[in-house]
Amino acid sequence: MTLTKKRETRPAPSSWGLAARDIPWEYAPAPESTDHVRIEPEYGLFIGNEFAPSKPRKTFTVINPATEEPLAKVAHASKADVNRAVATARRAYDTVWSRLPGSERAKYLYRIARILQERSREFAVVESMNSGKPIKESRDVDVPLAAAHFFYYGGWADKLDYAFPGREPRALGVAAQVIPWNFPLLMLAWKIAPALAAGNTVILKPASTTPLTAYLFADVVRQAELPPGVVNIITGPGEIGMELVSHPDVDKVAFTGSTAVGKMIARATAGSHKKLTLELGGKAANIVFDDAPLDQAIEGIINGIYFNQGEVCCAGSRLFVQESIHEPLLDKLKARLSTLRVGDPLDKNTDVGAINSAGQLAKVQELVQSGIEEGAEIFQPDCVLPDKGFFFRPTLFTGVSQSHRIAQEEIFGPVLSVLTFRTPEEAIEKANNTPYGLSAGVWTEKGSRIFKMVGAMRAGVVWANTFNRFDPTSPFGGYKESGYGREGGIHGLAAYLDLSGGNGTRG
Amino acid sequence: MATRRPAATKRRASTPSVLKGRAAQPLAATGANGGGRIGVRKTYKLYIGGAFPRTESGRAYEIFGARGELLANACRGTRKDIREAVRAARKAQPGWAGKTAYNRSQILYRIAELMEGRRDQFVAEVMAAEGVGRARATRLVDAAIDRWVWYAGWADKFSQVVGAVNPVAGSYFNFSIPEATGVVGVVAPEASSLLGLVSRLAPVIVSGNAGVVIASETRPLPAVTLTEVLATSDVPGGVVNLITGLRRELVPTLASHMDVNALDAFGADPDEAVAIETAAVENVKRLVRPPSAGLERYDWLSPRAQSPYLIGEYTEIKTVWHPIGA
Repeated sequence: MTLTKKRETRPAPSSWGLAARDIPWEYAPAPESTDHVRIEPEYGLFIGNEFAPSKPRKTFTVINPATEEPLAKVAHASKADVNRAVATARRAYDTVWSRLPGSERAKYLYRIARILQERSREFAVVESMNSGKPIKESRDVDVPLAAAHFFYYGGWADKLDYAFPGREPRALGVAAQVIPWNFPLLMLAWKIAPALAAGNTVILKPASTTPLTAYLFADVVRQAELPPGVVNIITGPGEIGMELVSHPDVDKVAFTGSTAVGKMIARATAGSHKKLTLELGGKAANIVFDDAPLDQAIEGIINGIYFNQGEVCCAGSRLFVQESIHEPLLDKLKARLSTLRVGDPLDKNTDVGAINSAGQLAKVQELVQSGIEEGAEIFQPDCVLPDKGFFFRPTLFTGVSQSHRIAQEEIFGPVLSVLTFRTPEEAIEKANNTPYGLSAGVWTEKGSRIFKMVGAMRAGVVWANTFNRFDPTSPFGGYKESGYGREGGIHGLAAYLDLSGGNGTRG
Repeated sequence: MATRRPAATKRRASTPSVLKGRAAQPLAATGANGGGRIGVRKTYKLYIGGAFPRTESGRAYEIFGARGELLANACRGTRKDIREAVRAARKAQPGWAGKTAYNRSQILYRIAELMEGRRDQFVAEVMAAEGVGRARATRLVDAAIDRWVWYAGWADKFSQVVGAVNPVAGSYFNFSIPEATGVVGVVAPEASSLLGLVSRLAPVIVSGNAGVVIASETRPLPAVTLTEVLATSDVPGGVVNLITGLRRELVPTLASHMDVNALDAFGADPDEAVAIETAAVENVKRLVRPPSAGLERYDWLSPRAQSPYLIGEYTEIKTVWHPIGA
């Protein structure tokens, strides 16, 4: 790959306290090696611990979004394949997994966690190749967190009786799980770890653009010697996901993705016995008060919206700045934005990698165009983008009003909309003025204000003086149209258990 | 008043059911208290925003007792009444959720106190509505009162049971707490006119939600009397709103309303489950489904009909992060 171009010399931002003279501020290419990674030319469906082609045999090609070059062919599941996967998961549930003591299930989860740690570099490289995310993020965030999820939930498997007072938790049965392309392995872990700990068997459908780490995980399942059929992975387009969640022998449906698709899934499961949890879109407010620690806030804002190219459901895509600090904050923010390194996801210095697909890039471009047309003022650093691949400059808009599409719609890209406010009440009003309610951020040094704002945010996760932190022990999930149910922590466990108290009540 | 009701009930038992719709002695109105005095009848109204309006449509429908006698005319509420009720609920909800848990606890307990004072009236109305004997009706009413007491105690304990301080792997303080979901629609159980309603409503409001209730279609009168209790129990106006009328006209509006955050459809007809759930999808409502077996054999007197997990159905878990540092 020849993604890294020679950069122009440019002055260091004045905020760094350096003299305003030109410094040759360049980074030598530092690409992560890929020679230890083996990607098969073709992946079959993973059902009952065996890889097998779909029936009828049909494949689609998965590409590297940073180079647009093919990485592998993967099986295109049919309805018959879905039936086979569900039947296999059911059999594994009935004959093996539901009869296994929790203490034994726990050890399988611990095994998986350990193997993920052992093979962490391989997973990080493949994740970055397939998703476009920078290697430093897949290496330092996605893969370690995925392993941590299995480790955390492994410990719950034999302690369920202590988790829910007054209830006798029981596994639900067969779980159908559909996950997005922004955190392919991490979302897999968020789904599979609690499901297995609770005693369910699973069929997971990764996003069609990012199935490779899921199939790599299938190999981990085999190495861990999980009983066949406990974890099944199938690939295909959205329609196959709908077939899966609609299957009558599925007891639990968990979905992470867009609000539009989440609603389709909710309709498809309406009137059924299936327990449903949805983790959907977001349009988080990141609110900065005039007494905020400015340099920390700048880093939080940058991390909030440019982490993973902004392809994050909880991204801090709406920045609310108290009017009195709008100017100094924007100066610092633009300077910091200009230092972000955009390019080869496998380069260890890269901050912003490739957008996951041509389709997503087009969507980002379209929304950015709407921002320009609706009168917001655009700022983009003049960084050099690679010739090939789906890249987009980190972007911010000022002069954004509440009604602009870029302030209303989830962009799912590296685009920040900056708005202003005067009083805490105005910030609350504007921040909550969205159908979404996944996350929010608050920056202020005043403790009592933090708690007022935290309480007022209609959002499931509120970061105060930080942003985009995740942990297996910490529940994550939305209010309003950002979905329902939680993932992570003891609350995430509840989503995979039957906690009904008999007598017909759910709870 | 309490002394009149039993007499009315006895008389009703002898009312020929062939007179359905034309009963000579409507109970709610009866008030025949001997001595030839003409009783003062009660008008059964809606309850919206702390007030008792008639339906905006001016329509009514007849409510019959279990033996076919006419009990009263009830308001045949409309979609517009539902929308008004949602507006009132939305307005009242932040203030209700903003009260201290201790305060909400006392207000729910106050409901029980005032119901106790009207115990005989509720017994008479439940007897008339459900066609049960005095002993059974008394058990149902007592259980409804006790249910308020039980949930009152949860107001300041629920967070402690379901909240958590999470030991994240980093230098952050991280905690999770439950918060009220917002405005919750309740489709009251059709058969259990009082205990069923209380069993579903109490867990909705205890955490700070505001409720919009569609009363039992055929047995709404005890529910209306309950709203009179609520109105004098320090429950702020708009925290509970109750609409009577035909379910086929009301439920779809409530289920699809974009400013209703959650729906308790436990009391709805299982045949309606798909339609209700589909309507609720549009704004991603939290939903409690009707039990597939229906409620015919459901035992509302069982302690299992009350649960902190029901409170959980109408709360959101909020997780907060803050760095730890000097």
